[in-house]
Amino acid sequence: MKAFTYQRADSTAHAAAVAFKPGTKIIAGGTNLLDLMKLQVETPSNLVDINRLPLDKIEDTRDGGLRVGALVRNSDLAADARVRQRYGVLSRALLAGASAQLRNKATTGGNLLQRTRCYYFYDITKPCNKRNPGSGCAALAGFNRIHAILGASEHCIATHPSDMAVAMQALDANVETVNREGESRAIPIAEFYRLPGRTPEIETSLKPGEIITAVTLPPPPPGVQIYRKVRDRASYAFALVSVAAIVDSTQGRIRSARLAFGGLAHRPWRTATAEQTLTNAPANTTSFNAAADAVLHNARGFGGNDFKIPLTQRTLHSVLAETTRT
Amino acid sequence: MDEHEFNAEPNTPSKVEVTRRTVIETGTTALLLTTLPRAALAAGPVDDNEPSPPVVDVELQINGHPHPLTVDPRTTLLDALREHLALTGSKKGCDHGQCGACTVLVEGRRINSCLTLAVMHDGQSVTTIEGLALGDNLHPMQAAFVEHDGFQCGYCTSGQICSAIGMLAESRQGMPSYVTADLMQAAAELTDAEIRERMSGNICRCAAYPNIVAAIKQTAGMPT
Repeated sequence: MKAFTYQRADSTAHAAAVAFKPGTKIIAGGTNLLDLMKLQVETPSNLVDINRLPLDKIEDTRDGGLRVGALVRNSDLAADARVRQRYGVLSRALLAGASAQLRNKATTGGNLLQRTRCYYFYDITKPCNKRNPGSGCAALAGFNRIHAILGASEHCIATHPSDMAVAMQALDANVETVNREGESRAIPIAEFYRLPGRTPEIETSLKPGEIITAVTLPPPPPGVQIYRKVRDRASYAFALVSVAAIVDSTQGRIRSARLAFGGLAHRPWRTATAEQTLTNAPANTTSFNAAADAVLHNARGFGGNDFKIPLTQRTLHSVLAETTRT
Repeated sequence: MDEHEFNAEPNTPSKVEVTRRTVIETGTTALLLTTLPRAALAAGPVDDNEPSPPVVDVELQINGHPHPLTVDPRTTLLDALREHLALTGSKKGCDHGQCGACTVLVEGRRINSCLTLAVMHDGQSVTTIEGLALGDNLHPMQAAFVEHDGFQCGYCTSGQICSAIGMLAESRQGMPSYVTADLMQAAAELTDAEIRERMSGNICRCAAYPNIVAAIKQTAGMPT
């Protein structure tokens, strides 16, 4: 690990002011950041510890939603009675991620900002445009079983590893932030993550020094919520494909559907046309296949991950069958 | 500089003896390209040409006793326990949060001590495997692991036991798991599937899993 200085933030504005300085990183749970620092993928010269800031509350909002503080631990969010009752897809997604020890430490804000698990991003001896812009992408012609089939570019085919963010995408969450001037804003999660394009090192719409303070969840939409994760082990593994689904149906007819996918792209993936295809559609194979076609019509494999295209189609089919079973 | 910022002492040499420095730096490329755990990287390469950062003071309440320490801020909680306090019961397996051998209880909750900095836990309570027994009386979880032969080589055992104690506390508090059928259930019954899912952050390469599950069930007061 490279040497760094350590300081504790006494307010979010203070943290944002310090974080604005080049070389400074915010540390919350630290489960991903310290891992990357040990490998010298991340080499901050200064760490700002925000763990003692009062951002660890889950509060009801006036509109019937929830406001989740950035420092709420993944385990506490998954176990919250309101989340379990009204946002089951989020509770399930959180419980599908990492291990109990990591969930006890990992935070809501940190989970959103965790980095890809692309092997070549982690290996500092290999080219990686995300870690070292302009150096190339070793995954393109490398071992790319876990990589993206949607929204990738010739510069980066990494995926976003979070389960939690996939559920939040389906729930239309907003990411609340504050900057060093103390100004706050709410970023719709659909606009929070970026595709890699020519600048895979820029992963979110956060500006320098801007700090996540909370995630707000609108009132839950009607329907059955499930999170389905397909992975190499039954537990404690990242998704090859995951689906967060909220489907409202009755007597074999779908009223509305929201579908967000993990493991497929540089960000949690939603396809509006797929959801429109299912609106007022019969809950049958024809409809499910049409939805899968809408999600996957621009999908492209890179050899090792070609299997994800049919896997996504089949996983979606299974999820839609389960959520429309009456 | 505000009062929360630690004062730099630029001329004080680091008091941390970084062990395993420059561990097997050659050969890491090949290791990373395989699916092997990154255990061989251990603490990671340390740049000897870099100036040492200012040391920081931290006080940990370990197994009920205060332990003031002065550490390089890079010191993980695991290294503080093992290298500074000679509490070597907590083990370094992968050093990347993948194996669970370093599991300890901080403020009563299980975490990977390899993936957190000692300085982040100033003033907090830490329970390690050394803090579980009362004199010669083993903690019930320790006794159950002995009785059910919940280990073979023993390297993962202290992490398994600390994790299992944390897991039973979570279960009593109503924490659901990925395999809990009904999220609204107040407290899921600890079936074998529940125990295995909740303990998936602790790897046992000897594969003593059936006996670990039995030891946990006994400690939870369930038929084994």
